[in-house]
Amino acid sequence: MLLASTAACAEAWKPTKSVEFVVPAGAGGGADQMARLIQSVVAKYKLMDQPLIVVNKGGGAGAEGFLDIKGSAKDPHKIIITLSNLFTTPLATGVPFNWKELTPVQMMALDQFVLWVNSETPYKTAKEYTDAVKAAGTGKMKMGGTGSKQEDQIITVAIEKQSGAKFIYIPYKGGGEVAVQLVGKHVDSTVNNPIEAVEQWRAGLLRALCVFDDVPMPYKAKVTKDKSWGDIPTCKSQGMDVDYQMLRGIFMAPGVSKEQIDYYVVLMKKVRETQEWKEFMEKGAFDQKSMNGEEFKSWLTKEETRHQSLMAEAGFLAKKQQ
Amino acid sequence: MEEINSLMHGFSIALTPYNMGLMFVGVTLGVLIGVLPGLGGANGVAILLPLTFTMNPTSAIIMLSCIYWGALFGGAITSILFNIPGEPWSVATTFDGYPMAQRGRAGEALTAAFTSSFIGALVAVLVITFAAPTVAKFAIQFGPKEFFAVYLLTFCSFVGMTKAPPFKTITAMMFGFALAAVGLDTVTGQLRLTFGHMELLKGFDFLIAVIGLFGIGEILLTLEEGLAFKGTKSKINVRIVIETWKQLPKYWKTMIRSSVIGCWMGITPGGATPASFMGYGVAKSMSPNGKNFGNGEMEGVIAPEVAAHAAGTSALLPMLTLGIPGSPTAAVLLGGLLVWGLQPGPMLFVEQKDFVWGLIASMYLGNIVGLIVVLTTVPLFAAILRVPFSIVAPVILVICAIGAYTVHSSMFDVWLMLVFGVIGYVFKKLDYPLAPLVLALVLGDRAEDAFRQAMLGSGGEMSTFFSNGLVGGITTLALAMLFWAPVRGLLDTFKPKADRS
Repeated sequence: MLLASTAACAEAWKPTKSVEFVVPAGAGGGADQMARLIQSVVAKYKLMDQPLIVVNKGGGAGAEGFLDIKGSAKDPHKIIITLSNLFTTPLATGVPFNWKELTPVQMMALDQFVLWVNSETPYKTAKEYTDAVKAAGTGKMKMGGTGSKQEDQIITVAIEKQSGAKFIYIPYKGGGEVAVQLVGKHVDSTVNNPIEAVEQWRAGLLRALCVFDDVPMPYKAKVTKDKSWGDIPTCKSQGMDVDYQMLRGIFMAPGVSKEQIDYYVVLMKKVRETQEWKEFMEKGAFDQKSMNGEEFKSWLTKEETRHQSLMAEAGFLAKKQQ
Repeated sequence: MEEINSLMHGFSIALTPYNMGLMFVGVTLGVLIGVLPGLGGANGVAILLPLTFTMNPTSAIIMLSCIYWGALFGGAITSILFNIPGEPWSVATTFDGYPMAQRGRAGEALTAAFTSSFIGALVAVLVITFAAPTVAKFAIQFGPKEFFAVYLLTFCSFVGMTKAPPFKTITAMMFGFALAAVGLDTVTGQLRLTFGHMELLKGFDFLIAVIGLFGIGEILLTLEEGLAFKGTKSKINVRIVIETWKQLPKYWKTMIRSSVIGCWMGITPGGATPASFMGYGVAKSMSPNGKNFGNGEMEGVIAPEVAAHAAGTSALLPMLTLGIPGSPTAAVLLGGLLVWGLQPGPMLFVEQKDFVWGLIASMYLGNIVGLIVVLTTVPLFAAILRVPFSIVAPVILVICAIGAYTVHSSMFDVWLMLVFGVIGYVFKKLDYPLAPLVLALVLGDRAEDAFRQAMLGSGGEMSTFFSNGLVGGITTLALAMLFWAPVRGLLDTFKPKADRS
């Protein structure tokens, strides 16, 4: 009797209609791929009674999606997956939203960044490459990246600070496009996420110089003929102390109840336990850190402060009067 | 020939009764999706994606790509019947398709459009089958300056051939550029022209503009003309298909030209939209019937349809071999593949032979199935024009509103659609062309991004657009297209008078 009532209590809230899964980025990008994988895993294992529908709202560097969630207070049938634009877009454009105005649910993983060059170039280490950039002089070597004043350009500025090299930063619309531009030698380097460049790497078209993390990635299986993700050295070990990961997390609208948050926490736990998710994590060499509740909130607070100072240093903050 | 063996193997995978059944289901669903403006291929594929999770990867991709083919075919239907292009590359189809429908030749126009799509796609699949490895390398030669040159070529070939007064064309085009500039600027990462209104930060979506400009604008015009619907005399007869087919072979030159343009634009990857406009423009300036384009010339339906579908299909090539999705639909399509652990990219051809060749074989079969399905629907769709306007118009209006809402699930877009409807009406009343506006809206921001990326890379040197043979060739061709009409006009005046009798 008592058991039955606790069970009923745990099942207290369930979606009563289809759930909109907002992606604050275009179709085909990293966040979109992860959202669609979650959608398909949920559908395949019937983890939800109601359908989960992915909707892209990438306008204004993701502001469209975030404003939509912010404006849907108390609506438990909307969730959103974030990328770094959770922090960078309001800071760079002045669009009024902040992660504190959403409800943090679950950190799914952290996405890594890797310094890539074309495999036909002679650079074998990050140092060799930045030395070559310095030797070429200001305004000669091109760094391609996704968006302007977003994560890729923040890392580029950090590299410049650490090494003294100067790049021309060329912003593109999406990470896949950036990887292909590097294959075609229209840019000299990129800081693509592993998932964005892995296929070109496996085909021997790109070379990975270093990963922007404190420790090497934990994946030991060979991805190319002779290299695994774990074989890529950290940039720090190459004398370039730049450390940056990108949040892949799930948020809800403001004002939702504890039961509603718990429903999605449990759902995402089931998603993370599937074989498909584990394979996806390995393929994209994600840092499988995950957290929720207070721990997640304090992580977000720290990360927000860090972005504030990184972007202030780079001169990327929006002018207040705009 | 290794390709032939692989292809035959692919056919043996695709040609099971189960997979053939999936093709029919997929194409039919796709046509329905294509008919609803705003739903579009990408959304349609995303909604139907879960249907395929219980299948094996090859059957699933066959079904999904057939939905895609169906949606491509279906896009022409609303363009021709109601002047509402459901996809950017259907805009050029309306130029002659809609006038044909108004003259009671809807059945012919639909048959010509469907058959042309089939031919364009077939040529492209042949290219994919036999030239994949060599041709794929061409795509990576395209950096910002090459992309800008291609967009410039599209604009120039359009301006060069238009018959509207140049002032009106340029005004419409500039209005389109201004609309395209609204929203986030890729290069500086700042919001532009939003005037503090957060609804505007996503910019103006092509679909909402087109549904309003063409669909609502047309309804307003028809209302004014006293609720008369002009397509009422359209023949409803299965024989119309055969009769139209008899006429098609004489347009073989246009078909070849458009196939070449389409394949080239698909592989480079300029995309289906520039291809359709360029196909139309080139046909107009080269064909003996060119002067009659815009008044319901069948060749004006064939040219853009062949080019758009050759481009749409051959765009799958860089996607499969390089992992660049050519369109949002393709991105969703391939995102679904992650469930089966497949990742598009250079290794796909090597590691997943069954899958790749099964897909290529299904392109042949899916197109044949698609053609059969859509041709049988020609009389049905042509019959819609016999329904009294007072019944059809509210239905169109509702479908338009749903379509506009679906794009971003936002009510603001429905109001925006109505505003565009009024703009469309005013444009038509004042005799300003809508096509340059739409073209600039679709390609304007991409052209701007490419131009500014090229300028960043070259340090502001314009000579970068002539810095290698490829980009220099395209730029020169663009300038030649721009000045082709005035130069030919001049030449004509100097020709012997007998020529101009």
